Amino acid sequence: MVYLTINNKKIAAEEGMTILEAAKHNNIHIPNFCYLEGVHQAGACRICVVEVEGAKTLQASCMTQVQEGMVVHTNTERVKKARKVLFELLLSDHPQNCLSCSRNQSCEFQKLGELIQIDEFRFQGEKSKTAVDNSSPSITRDLSKCILCRRCVTVCNQIQGVGILNTQRRGFRTVIGPAENLPLNSVNCVFCGQCTTVCPVGALQEKDSLQEVWKAIHNKNTRVIVQTAPAVRAALGEEFGYEPGTLVTGKMVSALRDIGFDHVFDTNFAADLTIIEEGNEFLTRVRDAFNGKGAVLPLITSCSPGWIKYIEHVFPDEIGHLSTCKSPHMMMGALVKSYYAEKIGVDPKDMFVVSVMPCTAKKFEITRPEMRNGGYPNVDAVLTTRELARMIKDAGIDFTELEDSGFDNPLGLSTGAGDIFAATGGVMEAAIRTVYEVVTGREMPFEKLHIKPLVGLSQIKTADILIENPVDEYRFLDGVTLKVAVTSGLKGAKILMEQVQRGESPYHFIEIMGCPGGCISGGGQPRPVNDLIRQKRLEAIYAEDEGKEIRKSHENPFIIRLYEEYLEKPLGHKSHELLHTHYTKRGMSIEKIG
Amino acid sequence: MSKVKEQCACKKETEEEKLTRIAEVIDEYKMKEGSLIQILHMAQGIYGYLPLELQCFIADKTGIPLSQVSGVVTFYSFFSTKPKGENTIRVCLGTACYVRGGKKIIERLKELLEIDVGDTTSDGKFTLEVMRCIGACGLAPAITINDKVYKQVNPDKLQAILKEYY
Ligand code: SF4
Ligand code: SF4
Ligand code: SF4
Ligand code: FES
Repeated sequence: MVYLTINNKKIAAEEGMTILEAAKHNNIHIPNFCYLEGVHQAGACRICVVEVEGAKTLQASCMTQVQEGMVVHTNTERVKKARKVLFELLLSDHPQNCLSCSRNQSCEFQKLGELIQIDEFRFQGEKSKTAVDNSSPSITRDLSKCILCRRCVTVCNQIQGVGILNTQRRGFRTVIGPAENLPLNSVNCVFCGQCTTVCPVGALQEKDSLQEVWKAIHNKNTRVIVQTAPAVRAALGEEFGYEPGTLVTGKMVSALRDIGFDHVFDTNFAADLTIIEEGNEFLTRVRDAFNGKGAVLPLITSCSPGWIKYIEHVFPDEIGHLSTCKSPHMMMGALVKSYYAEKIGVDPKDMFVVSVMPCTAKKFEITRPEMRNGGYPNVDAVLTTRELARMIKDAGIDFTELEDSGFDNPLGLSTGAGDIFAATGGVMEAAIRTVYEVVTGREMPFEKLHIKPLVGLSQIKTADILIENPVDEYRFLDGVTLKVAVTSGLKGAKILMEQVQRGESPYHFIEIMGCPGGCISGGGQPRPVNDLIRQKRLEAIYAEDEGKEIRKSHENPFIIRLYEEYLEKPLGHKSHELLHTHYTKRGMSIEKIG
Repeated sequence: MSKVKEQCACKKETEEEKLTRIAEVIDEYKMKEGSLIQILHMAQGIYGYLPLELQCFIADKTGIPLSQVSGVVTFYSFFSTKPKGENTIRVCLGTACYVRGGKKIIERLKELLEIDVGDTTSDGKFTLEVMRCIGACGLAPAITINDKVYKQVNPDKLQAILKEYY
C-alpha cells in the first residue's frame, strides 16, 4: 500500500496503480480520453493531466504511478486551463458536425466536451486530414474524425496481432491507418471490427447497411426475412439501458416484427444444423485418419469469418484444416432461398435475407463469390447489433415496453447447443454433445452438459475426452482420448496455428473465433466491452442454453425433419451444394479483394 | 561524378539480385530486437529507395506488419519511398535564404524540372528537396547540388547551373 493525497484527501492505493486509477477508486473523477481501462494506456491525449507537487510540469495521470507521500491536485486553475486548451486543440482539428454523425449521443468526445465546457471556438485551423475510406464491405474509416488516441492501434496490433492500423507520418500530417494509407480492402485487414468497438468517436465504424435494409422493407414486392445470431440477444439490451447480461430474445423478435420483417428466423437453428454437418465431417476425418486413409487433422471450425480471412492471409497453406461448413447464417440464407422458398412458393429473386450479427466480418463474408446458390447471394445484408439498435430507435419502437414473442418456424427452433455458439468454447461443446453421443450411444457424462475447461475467457483452453465402449461402428475409437482446443482472438489463433504449421499440434479438433471472448464481444456489439461485460454476456448465453428443453443439436425436431424432407443426409449432395464452401489463399500483407 | 557511378557494379545488379541481398540482410538481422530500422537502412542502401513493394517484401520476410514498416519509413525523413535522381538539388529554406529569394528559386526549379518538391524528374537526373539552414546565410540564397554549394543564386542563373549536370 502507498499513501498519498489527492485534492487534500488522504487516500491509500496499491503499489503500481496510476494516479487516475487511485483517484477513481476513491470516487475522484479525473477527466480522461484516450485511456481505456485494461486495454490502452499510452498517454496520447494528455487530457488527464494533474498537478503533482514537486514536479515542474503537469503529469498525465493515466501514465504516472502513485508514490508514497505524493500530493496531487486535479482541479487547480492551472490544470483546468491546460485541460481546456488541450480539448480546444483537439476540437480545432475536428469536423464538429455531430448532428450528421452516427456517433451523435454515443460519442466519447461529446461527453468530454460536456465535462470540460468551453463556450467559444478560439482555435480555428486548417484541418489535417479529410479522407473517408469506404472501400471495404465491413469497416468505414473517416479520418477527419480521428483524434489520434491510438486505441485502435493497440487493439489491432497488441490484442488481435494483425497490425493493420498504425501511426503513419508525423507531426501535423500524422494519420492512423494502413501503410501508405492504402484502402482497407486492399490490405490484410480481417474485418473483425475490434477497432470499431474502442474508437471513441465516429472515425471507425461498421459500414452502414441500414439504408438498403429499409429499402427492401419498404418494397412491397420483396419478402424480407431476418435472422438473428445467438450473441445478439445477450447484448442488444445494453443499447436500451439494460444491465449487461440481460437476455432480450423475446423483445428483440417483437421489435423485428414491428419494424416490418416478414419472417423472423433464428440463426441458432442453423447453428444446430452446422453441428450435424461439422460433427459428421469430423467423424469422417477421424475415421479416415484411424483407418490409415490419411485425413487432415486437426479439423478447425469455420464459423467466424474474421478468423477465416486471417488464416487465408497468414497461414494460407493450412486452409485444408478448415471445416468446409459455411457459417450458420450463410447456411440459413441458403436454406431460406431454396427449401423455404419452395415451401412457401416464393421466387428467391423476390426474397431479401438480412442477418443481424454481432460481427462486422459477416458483412464481408456475404460478398464472397462462393456464398451464392442458384444465382442469388445466400444473404443480402448484414446488420450489426449496434445497427439493429439504431433501427429500432429510428422506427420509434419503445423497446423496453415490448411484449415477448417467439421466432417463426420451421427455421426458428433451436436447442441449447445452438445458443452457446455465441461464446468462446460453445461451438466445441455443442459439437461434442452430439459427437460423443453418436460415437458412444450415451449422453456426454459432464455436469449440466458443460465441458468445464472449455468455458470462460482464457485465451487457450483444452480438454481431453476419453472414449470408452463406443458403438460398433466406432469400435476403432475405444480407449482413444480425443484432444480438443479452443481459442478466441487472433493472437491465440496464431499460437495454435504455428503449432499446426510445424506439424506439432496434438489436437483432433480446434475451435477458433476471431474476437476475444467469441461472438459475445464481436466487432458489431454494443460499446463499451471489457472482461466484466464479456463475462456477463457469457453467463447469459449459458443460462439461455440451460433454460432450453432440448440441448443437443441432433435432437432438434425441425433439423430431423429438414433432413427427411429436403437434405436427405448429412454431407449429402444437397448439403454440399448449399451448406459447404471452399477457401482462398491470400497475400500476407496486401491483397486487393473487391 | 556521374561517370564513376556508371562503372559501379551495383548499377548492373538486377532487381532479383538486389532482393536476394536484402533477404540476406533480413535473415541476419531479423531476430535482433529493434532491427527494423537497420534493415530499412540497408535495404535503402541496396535498392536506392523504399517503394511499397519493397516494404511489403520486408514485412512478409520479417513478420512485422506492413503498417508498422511504413510507419517507420514515413516517420524518418532519411527514408524515401520514391526513387532518387542521379543528382539531388537541395534549396536552403533557412530564414536568410527564404527572405532573400529561396522561395523564388524553388518556384523556378519546379518550372524548369517540371516536378514538385520531393519528386524526381522523369529522366532520373534530378531530385528536388528543401533543407534547413546550411550556414551560408551571408551569401544567401544558397542551394546545393550533391555536395557542391552554390551561393547567391539568382533564379535566372539556374538553367546554366543545371546544364553542368548533363
Ligand atoms: S465524432 Fe463525436 S464529436 Fe465528432 S462529429 Fe461525431 S459525434 Fe460529433
Ligand atoms: S477490423 Fe480488425 S484487423 Fe481490421 S483494422 Fe480493425 S482491428 Fe485491425
Ligand atoms: S481511429 Fe478512432 S481509435 Fe483509432 S486513433 Fe483515431 S480516434 Fe482513436
Ligand atoms: S487519458 Fe491520459 S493521456 Fe489520454
